Amino acid sequence: MYVAVKGGERAIENAHRLLASARRGDQSVPEISLDQISEQLGLAVDRVMSEGSLYDRELAALAIKQARGDLIEAIFLIRAFRATLPRFGASEPVETGAMRVQRRVSSTFKDIPGGQILGPTFDYTHRLLDPSLAEGFVPEAPATAEASTVPTPRVTDILGRDGLIEPSPQAEEGASVGDLTREPLNFPADRDLRLQNLARGDEGFLLAMGYSTQRGYGRNHPFAGEIRFGEVEVEFSAEDVGFAVPLGSIELTECQMVNQFKGSATEAPCFTRGYGLAFGQSERKTMSMALVDRALRARELGEEALAPAQDEEFVMSHSDNVQATGFVEHLKLPHYVDFQSELGLLRKLRKEFADANAPDAMKEAAE
Amino acid sequence: MTTIAELPPGFVDKVLSAQSTFRSVMDAMARPGSVQRIVPTSGAPHVMMRGTAAIALTLFDHDTPLWLDARMSESTDVTKWLKFHTGAPVVQDSSIVSFALISEGGALPSLERFALGTSEYPDRSTTLILQVESLHSGRSFELRGPGIDGVATLKASIKPFDLFERLRINEALFPRGIDVVLVADDAVVAVPRTTRVVSKGS
Amino acid sequence: MNAPAYNFAYLDEQTKRMIRRAILKAIAIPGYQVPFASREMPMPYGWGTGGVQVTAAILGPQDVLKVIDQGSDDTTNAISIRKFFAKTAGVATTTATEDATVIQTRHRIPETSLHANQVLVYQVPIPEPLRFLEPRETETRRMHALAEYGLMHVKLYEDIARFGHIATAYAYPVKVNARYVMDPSPTPKFDNPKMDNCPALQLFGAGREKRIYAIPPYTQVVSLDFEDHPFEPYRFNAPCALCAAENSYLDEIVTDDKGGRMFVCSDTDYCEGRQAAGHHGSLSAAPYKEKAQEAPNG
Repeated sequence: MYVAVKGGERAIENAHRLLASARRGDQSVPEISLDQISEQLGLAVDRVMSEGSLYDRELAALAIKQARGDLIEAIFLIRAFRATLPRFGASEPVETGAMRVQRRVSSTFKDIPGGQILGPTFDYTHRLLDPSLAEGFVPEAPATAEASTVPTPRVTDILGRDGLIEPSPQAEEGASVGDLTREPLNFPADRDLRLQNLARGDEGFLLAMGYSTQRGYGRNHPFAGEIRFGEVEVEFSAEDVGFAVPLGSIELTECQMVNQFKGSATEAPCFTRGYGLAFGQSERKTMSMALVDRALRARELGEEALAPAQDEEFVMSHSDNVQATGFVEHLKLPHYVDFQSELGLLRKLRKEFADANAPDAMKEAAE
Repeated sequence: MTTIAELPPGFVDKVLSAQSTFRSVMDAMARPGSVQRIVPTSGAPHVMMRGTAAIALTLFDHDTPLWLDARMSESTDVTKWLKFHTGAPVVQDSSIVSFALISEGGALPSLERFALGTSEYPDRSTTLILQVESLHSGRSFELRGPGIDGVATLKASIKPFDLFERLRINEALFPRGIDVVLVADDAVVAVPRTTRVVSKGS
Repeated sequence: MNAPAYNFAYLDEQTKRMIRRAILKAIAIPGYQVPFASREMPMPYGWGTGGVQVTAAILGPQDVLKVIDQGSDDTTNAISIRKFFAKTAGVATTTATEDATVIQTRHRIPETSLHANQVLVYQVPIPEPLRFLEPRETETRRMHALAEYGLMHVKLYEDIARFGHIATAYAYPVKVNARYVMDPSPTPKFDNPKMDNCPALQLFGAGREKRIYAIPPYTQVVSLDFEDHPFEPYRFNAPCALCAAENSYLDEIVTDDKGGRMFVCSDTDYCEGRQAAGHHGSLSAAPYKEKAQEAPNG
């Protein structure tokens, strides 16, 4: 007697127990702590906070641990938690010009006020595997100096003084900032929503899209005007208090791309901007984001939008890795019913094909 | 002046009362002409029927601009109560509102003054919440349309008397249009834009 | 640590209000896809987040919930979603179609006729019926606005020109209340006629694509076709091997690697109900291996 498959509930429970065991691995190896993840896998934590849209190192570290190091799964965990949090409002815009910079480079000027600061970077490391890191490595104390009091104005502001770069587009006074996690997205989308989408977007997707613009698919002649990483203050204006209250400081990476613009009938040639911002230290992400942001401004700047990176509906609909992984992986779910429909159709089509192509003699014989 | 402490209270159990009220409104919208009861009770400012108050607590918030008719907007109890319990902004421009609350049907403005949606986004339209005298006695109306198995008969005492004539704009505008929720005490009847009145008794 | 604390039926009240407003507009405009600010759910996009959000927004403590995937209450994703609501909303659950007040489904409409006190919630992957003909949302939105559905008819007609009939087996497009062309979700076209003039309210949730749409009760739902090529539901021509039903949609079960097949109801509740009522198919009582040889070869 055939018995329909049962016991799915038990199977799920057992699978989850097995997952928990696999996550822990060999129990003779010490368990990894959240502090260790946060301190020693800091860039993974930064990425999970950025794409998870939640600045909380401890929860991001927990998510990475729970996800066995699968960062997209960790981002998903953070997003699902974030969705349940009450929303009190939006902070004041952060002043990145007042950032306490740990790293700051510009590729457009040899020297800039406040100086170029290499900071903690993989740049110029030789990518040779270092066996000394395998165990017991104690790094040399980093070089220190008095904190500089010299201001570090943004390079784009310096260019702006001469009118060589477009002014940073200003929102109307009192205009509310869109939030695609609270309102459904409609096209065409304004730049606030585009930037939010890119900030939450998958680093790999943005990297590929940004790269494609450099290879000619929507080329916009970028220069890395400035990349800076450091701490900024976050302030919140509560309606009842009447002034901005400091909430604390967070680490950010900001990238301002400076892009060629030939001008139009009504506008003189000038440089234009592409903007990238992410939590923590995420240079690849912010640079890619800035390239894609600039590409997506094609419509606004009167450029022909022909390349994938210039197509806002394409970019914004496919940038989110939580959405993408869900839909790709849902193909694992049972599709017996629609597959059965296709099977029936295919058999019918094949039979019709065979009948139509059968030699006449056989047709007659069959009749 | 009323202080916040003196305002009529909202739902005792916000979560389950909102769920129950919503199901009544959803059933009403899905079965036009049928009379649904709103069970949960809350306080309600003087001009507002308890059904209206429950709907407000269930569906209104910061994201839903409201328009109030003169009698509602002149009552500071109503405006304070709505602000405190729902946070919904009360605006003057009726053409952008999610909901309009009407306590004096006789003074209902022309329906074209409300949001009717666009062809691309017909959902961006006002839901009119109209307080009426009775939803079980009065003239009888025969309704047809989606949600109705053949014909539904509604007996109601409604102002404005010509409400259903006015709602005929929905025929020409569809899929744009206006959706109406009638409230009499704790009874609700919905008349979505797809509903047509086929005949009226006296 | 910011330890999580979750609301009744998981969603916060603000999110429920937003979804509830969208549901009301969806009912008022049958077949029109209402955009909504879909939230991240604790299950992946594509695994029923739209249906789950709709269910969470309507569900109350008095409800009895049934969840099916592929017609079955026992598929792993159906179990997972049912457990989610049993845990977060404490609702009673059932596998009996008749007893349920809310039925969440993926890919099937139950065989047992629905009644007026029920809501059927569909999980929808791609809500836009025109999406595979026109990938752009801006374009498809315009087509719906103008009721410009020529493209769909051209597609169906091309099938006829090529194959002699319409070659769409599931997610077969329908027209709702003579206005909007609508995707019924990837149900087999066998199920399409059940949507027409159905006493139950039908709600559709697409989480990743952020759309909610609805068919009110007793609403006309017509599968698109042509006069000379009318819509035909497909069903494999065999009785169910377990309950002998002649009119249910069948799953094909591969019984060995020599071409052995058997066909059984995809709706497990329906099939079990029939067996309990004394209906027996060719394989329901006999040892499975011996009988497998006799199973119809597809």
